[in-house]
Amino acid sequence: MITRPALLCCRFLAALLLPLITAGALAAPAAEPIRIGVAEALTGPASQYGIPILNGFLLAAEEINAAGGINGQKLLLVTEDERGKKEEAINVFKKLIFQEKVLLIFGPTLSNSMFAAGPIANAAHVVAFGTSNTATGITDIGPYIFRSSPMESDVVPATLKTVGAHLPLHRVGIIYGNDDAFTKSGYDVFKSTLQQQQVAVVDTETYSRGDVDFKAQLTKLKAAQVDAIICPCLAEEGANILIQARALGLSVPFIGGNGFNSPALLDNAKSAAEGTWVGSPWFDGNTAAENQRFLRAYRQKFHSDPNQFSAQSYDALWMLVDTLKKITLTSQLDKNRELLRDALPMVSFAGATGPFSFRPAPSHQGKPGGYDAHQTPFVYVVRHGKFTLVR
Amino acid sequence: MLSMLAQQLVNALSLGSIYALFALGFTLVFGILGVINLSHGGLFMLGAYAALFFLERHWPAWLALPVAVLVTGIIGLLIDLLVLKQLRRQRAPHLMPMIATIGATILMTSLAQGLFGAESRHFPLSFFDNASLTLGAVTLPYAQVAIMVIAFGTMITMGWLLKKTRLGIALRAIAESPRAAALLGIPVERLFHLTSFLAATLGGIAGILIGLSFNAISPFMGQPMLHKGIAAIILGGLGDIRGAVLGGLFLGFAEVLAVTYLSSEYRDAFSFGLLFLVLLWRPQGLFGATHLRSA
Repeated sequence: MITRPALLCCRFLAALLLPLITAGALAAPAAEPIRIGVAEALTGPASQYGIPILNGFLLAAEEINAAGGINGQKLLLVTEDERGKKEEAINVFKKLIFQEKVLLIFGPTLSNSMFAAGPIANAAHVVAFGTSNTATGITDIGPYIFRSSPMESDVVPATLKTVGAHLPLHRVGIIYGNDDAFTKSGYDVFKSTLQQQQVAVVDTETYSRGDVDFKAQLTKLKAAQVDAIICPCLAEEGANILIQARALGLSVPFIGGNGFNSPALLDNAKSAAEGTWVGSPWFDGNTAAENQRFLRAYRQKFHSDPNQFSAQSYDALWMLVDTLKKITLTSQLDKNRELLRDALPMVSFAGATGPFSFRPAPSHQGKPGGYDAHQTPFVYVVRHGKFTLVR
Repeated sequence: MLSMLAQQLVNALSLGSIYALFALGFTLVFGILGVINLSHGGLFMLGAYAALFFLERHWPAWLALPVAVLVTGIIGLLIDLLVLKQLRRQRAPHLMPMIATIGATILMTSLAQGLFGAESRHFPLSFFDNASLTLGAVTLPYAQVAIMVIAFGTMITMGWLLKKTRLGIALRAIAESPRAAALLGIPVERLFHLTSFLAATLGGIAGILIGLSFNAISPFMGQPMLHKGIAAIILGGLGDIRGAVLGGLFLGFAEVLAVTYLSSEYRDAFSFGLLFLVLLWRPQGLFGATHLRSA
């Protein structure tokens, strides 16, 4: 607990320091960095996505600043932990917008949090740029909401079409977590896409967050005699589902959503993952020069392999740099925020995730929407313990 | 259809024994100490991580796993010494130890996350190699056979310990009335420590076994298990060893049958609805005596 005298003391110190800080800022106006907010889940369960995302930003920022920044101005990442929680995301967004006075905010990590915090940024006329939000409806929040992560509804049709070209796909079963925005949204997309492609769903099973035993649901799916099982699950649950399915003698191929798109799936499921299909905006085996450069730099800096999430955040920061180079920032923050929001939709970029541009989200009842990612997904299947690209 | 039902019954038995194994240590603390120790989920998680820690340092499994169980026991003992004992001394109301042990759980979760990361991990070995026991159309992974054997073995051992040994008689005396037990010369505090240690080792064993059979160790694995554990011990009768096992099995069967005959969508609604009905009929739980504490 902070006692009253201690609080007074703090205030006194702050008052002493304040002129120093502002004086320092005034002395060198040209070198003032561009403040970029990064609000990601750095602790809590979602940090398994948030930390790779932050790493992507850190790597890109380091490269950009080493190359001299943007027209002489360096980038300064103001990082906040939103802990993968709605309330926390709202607090962090307010702090970044009103206290830290950032130009835009990258994040938050989960779609759930964007639904909660996005409206704050939109009302304050500050761009909120998600690099990992894939749920439908995110960009309906308003014209200041951008995302570089393709929606499941972009990835799933391509995935199912490719699978259908390689094996019979007439009757399928689905298993998904119905208490999570990410897996639920993945399920909705699969369901409507399957309907469009006239594939019959003969059994749908659900589980709850934190479940480890899926044998009851899988036994039912086995009895339903399906061609394949659709699993819009996260990698950890997905690995367990695969292992238990194989142990029960259920040998049909699995088709995963965005959550399957993780080295953790192969790592945990091992041979049980064989023959699993996934669609993804990023492929680590992509030989494009941008991707190879990213892979090398990431491994060198972090001594580990990047994943899709770090590739997407890395690309997002470079996209921002591309845009900032085209506009002239003024001394007024509000005006700069508007300038950026107007220039960002014009992005045309090729990075670690391949060619990228933005697509305006359809407006709802006359309300303008934000911008979704326009990108062709990669489709791959697990063969001999490795993700293998399928054309 | 029949083979599916047979498989589902085996699934229910295996799921139920997981809940039962977890609930055992949980109910023991309540029976003797009279507190709901909400850090049991944290101890369960810590047991799995302790084993992971030693196995990753290339300790042989025969050494790593018992040491991990011991470490979990010691942490349980520390929680008793640093938290529960202080509250006992101050005669804090019942709610205090609950809140304090939630705090201990948060501390353990953050610690595990800081040391090991948030992503789900798995043991660098596969005792069972995902192999299964197959009987006709019914399969059951060996790891879960082990869980069942250990859950029932522990239940029987604990029952014997409490009913037939001097230690058990002393523990039951404490469960009846700590003050009367103290007056009779039973070292109540020391047995409280021993109980906390034992319960934590049971939690640790559960964590390791579940880590082994599901390949999923995460800092957050204790929380959902804690919810099921609370349901199991309330259903079985708070503080009762047989009750914890049967409560766990009941919950497992309720869940699996709900998935089989209703829909997995209604699984939790069905099993907890059933729990509610049982409690309307027997508010003290299946085995709980009216005076609640019966060890």
